[in-house]
Amino acid sequence: MQSDNHNDIIDRDDAVISISGLYKSFGTLDVLKGIDLDVHKGENVAVLGRSGTGKSVLIKILVGLLKPDAGIVKVLGQEVDKLQGKELDALRLKIGFSFQNSALYDSMDVRRNLEFPLRMNFKSLTKKEIDIAVEEVLDAVGLLDKINQLPSDLSGGQKKRIGIARTLILKPEIMLYDEPTSGLDPITSVEINDLINDVQRRYHTSSIIITHDLTCAKVTANRVAILLDGAFLKVGTFDDVFATQEERIQSFFNYNFIT
Amino acid sequence: MRTGSKKFLLSKGLDEYFIGVYNAYKFIGRFFKEAFKAPFHFREIINQCFEIGLKALPLITLTGFITGIVFTKQSRPSLETFGATSWLPSLISIAILRALASLVTALICSGKVGSSIGAELGSMRVTEQIDAMEVSAINPFKFLVTTRVLATTITVPILALYCGFVALLGSFVNINAHEATSFISFFEHGFDTITFLDIFTSVTKSIFFGFTIGIVGCYKGYNASSGTVGVGRAANQAVVLSMFLVFIEEVVIVQVSNWIRLF
Repeated sequence: MQSDNHNDIIDRDDAVISISGLYKSFGTLDVLKGIDLDVHKGENVAVLGRSGTGKSVLIKILVGLLKPDAGIVKVLGQEVDKLQGKELDALRLKIGFSFQNSALYDSMDVRRNLEFPLRMNFKSLTKKEIDIAVEEVLDAVGLLDKINQLPSDLSGGQKKRIGIARTLILKPEIMLYDEPTSGLDPITSVEINDLINDVQRRYHTSSIIITHDLTCAKVTANRVAILLDGAFLKVGTFDDVFATQEERIQSFFNYNFIT
Repeated sequence: MRTGSKKFLLSKGLDEYFIGVYNAYKFIGRFFKEAFKAPFHFREIINQCFEIGLKALPLITLTGFITGIVFTKQSRPSLETFGATSWLPSLISIAILRALASLVTALICSGKVGSSIGAELGSMRVTEQIDAMEVSAINPFKFLVTTRVLATTITVPILALYCGFVALLGSFVNINAHEATSFISFFEHGFDTITFLDIFTSVTKSIFFGFTIGIVGCYKGYNASSGTVGVGRAANQAVVLSMFLVFIEEVVIVQVSNWIRLF
């Protein structure tokens, strides 16, 4: 299991993400019901759960796209929902967010997709510096040859890789992956899993990986958290969680293996 | 802990209506706040002006030219009855420059540009491209909304002046075919009765129309939801609402300019 190899880079005393008593609802639907989670420096944590259980909501709260109804969410020591304007932007620059559908800008080719966050945030960078940064991250995701293509010309797996490259270009300390392997064939899923591990190793990032793909969780995460009915039922290593006798967790695992 | 219980102040429909009005008011307020605050995305504004102008230009050329011909053809019989066909150039000029050019341009831009902005931003919203900007510490409102609204506000008056010129050309072609009037004579007669206030009112109207088309398209697109259905709805509502507002503004501005003429 590849994630075991990375346990030595985790600093257990240093929580880069700290969530306590987090509640979030939409209308009359309570999605998150008082969840707690710490993610340590250098650690990959996979959040497993069925669709619609609030996994994506959780990471959107971490970057301030959604506001929590109650609870404390600290990222790199700062309470996210208390930040505004430049303070929030400064924090967001330290967080990479890989979207489920990649969210590449349709009207821009791969080069411009990658240049865009750099140009907008670091006006003093020269064209040469930007070109070097773009080529470096494209090389890291193995898609340097796609630099002049439009997102519409890329496959699902390539879009995911470019999406990850676009976040890496800002050199984030934390990576948030929203369903990184959803909609991909098994071979491409393995490539994305390898990329997530590679990012952790090469960029020393801490990550939350939102997924319902057990293989992805097993291969990429140092710990997994099972989110069911708005609460974490179990947090631990994949093997610990898999071995638990809790009925709902077992039925989640059984269902995933059958399907 | 239950946090999501929902209560309505009046009724679901009325609450939603007033919330919608309040949100639109906030959206417009945010535009003015962002428009005058650095950084200014001049390159993106120029890109958008180019996009908008290019999209609408062929249709405006065709529609303007036909409007000029048709309006001249329809006006001739009435003037012939009084033996006043020599007044055709000034009649057509007044009608085109005071009302038709800006209105025709605004309606075409509502359909062509408003729907395009609504669909583009709507699609960016539902595919999380706007969220992607936000998490990259880029202000999507400033980059997407402010630039587009400024671009429509700048471009629509220019297109309206162009439409007026093309419509007058259409009118000249028709008049020349019947009365053998020269180009210079047509424009001399045409502009005899046109005042600075006519041009000023027309340009002012177009500025309001351009702003309306931009802000409505952006508002509908930026707040789109419910996937591809939402994108279609945003584009459709952008056209319908902006056309409706353009007609209201036309009435109000004409009334105000008429009051000014009295002094």
